[in-house]
Amino acid sequence: MQSSLIKIENLSLSFPDHHVLNNLSLDIKKGEFLAVIGENGVGKTTLVRILLKQLRPSSGKIIMPDDLRIGYVPQFRNIDVDYPLSVRDFVSLSFTGFKFPWLSKTEKKRLNEVISEVKLNNIEKRPLGLASGGEKQKAYLASALVKHPQLLILDESTASWDPKTKHELLDVVVDINKKFSVTILFVSHDLKLVSEYPDHYLWLQKGNYESGKISDLPRDVKEGINV
Amino acid sequence: MFELEFMRNAYVAGTLIAILSGVMGVFVIARNMSFLSHTLSEIGFAGASFGIFMGWSPLNGMLLFTTISSILVGELSSQVESRRESVISAISGLFIGLGILFLALAQTNSSYATNILFGSVIGISQQNVNQMILLSSLVLVVILLIFRDLKADSFDPIGARVNKVHSSLMSILFLVMLAFSVSVAAQIVGSLLIFILLTLPAASSKYFAHTVFKMTGLAIVFALTGVWLGLYLGYLTNWPVTFFISTIEVIIYAIALFYNSLRNRSE
Repeated sequence: MQSSLIKIENLSLSFPDHHVLNNLSLDIKKGEFLAVIGENGVGKTTLVRILLKQLRPSSGKIIMPDDLRIGYVPQFRNIDVDYPLSVRDFVSLSFTGFKFPWLSKTEKKRLNEVISEVKLNNIEKRPLGLASGGEKQKAYLASALVKHPQLLILDESTASWDPKTKHELLDVVVDINKKFSVTILFVSHDLKLVSEYPDHYLWLQKGNYESGKISDLPRDVKEGINV
Repeated sequence: MFELEFMRNAYVAGTLIAILSGVMGVFVIARNMSFLSHTLSEIGFAGASFGIFMGWSPLNGMLLFTTISSILVGELSSQVESRRESVISAISGLFIGLGILFLALAQTNSSYATNILFGSVIGISQQNVNQMILLSSLVLVVILLIFRDLKADSFDPIGARVNKVHSSLMSILFLVMLAFSVSVAAQIVGSLLIFILLTLPAASSKYFAHTVFKMTGLAIVFALTGVWLGLYLGYLTNWPVTFFISTIEVIIYAIALFYNSLRNRSE
């Protein structure tokens, strides 16, 4: 049995007019590929934002290492057609910190690794603003991987992909998950993908939740009742 | 031309300003702050007249006003992004009003005001040049120190937050450095047109260059082209240098847009 990476204990968050998370407890293991599913507004993105420490829960807590490295592929980014940076330069933005403006040898090596892991080599010089939706998503994934995350969060990120890109991307994600035991938190509406890739699920419902192994996910859910 | 001391000073000062605006401009464009840099230049004018009123040097008045107002803009609009434009309008209205008031109270003749507004090549002394070297070096060193985080925060704020970049610190530091740059540059191109150098060269460069380093380099080249050529044409014709500089930069920008539309069509 893998050791636990994140322990969520009795987590609740309420806004003045409604509750989004209610008494959620969950153990996320190292190397787990967890799907987070549920209707809009049940708190999927809220949970992500609490994990990223952008929101504080109303009660309960999350126990995780202070120095946990988190990679995050958000739902939305403001990249328009005039966005100037090349895919490669965009990915390199993840090398933050008070260091020299230029990249060190090790950082360049890492950048090259990530770019080929995500298969961006043939478009690395193209301005990101001119890249297709799927190519942009690949760049976002690469940028989340730069710092060797222990936890990778994909937030609805398959929404704008075509089926081919979805599989390409998730194959990369599975690869990273298996090779480096990176824990994956995959927030999605796409039940077909959810039954194909992740090994566990967390199904958030209004004021309630279910969790377990993907194989135990009720068949009617898998078959596409709109979750 | 270079036997004249004021032309030598103008070229040294102009070169400094071009480098500074190229570096700062790339971030101004990425952070969508063209309007703020325009406003800061008007506020620079107000600060200069306050300086004159107080019997200080105009530069000190400018530094004071632009720094305070840029911090105000940063603080008042940090929570609600869409509020920024209105906050900037309000603050600029207030400061321009103050500028006109101080100018009237200082009872200097109006040519002083036009010098501040439109810039004056002849007015640049060796002492001004020294001040400019000092201030621009300060700005460049600060930008160099925070370069990576500022770059991430400007070009990918969402990713920067995940990477624990201190966004509000970056914003305030950048605004103060912008205030300094505006004050430095206002002396030669005038406060009214400083925003041209802080926006257009960088806005043009992004259609030709696709890394932050290359964009910065190209923005500096575009700014230098305008400043050097503008000074020379001003010297030949005796027309205002600011006119030439702004026209050259607008032409470069038009070419960049044209190039971009051609490229998009061919793809």
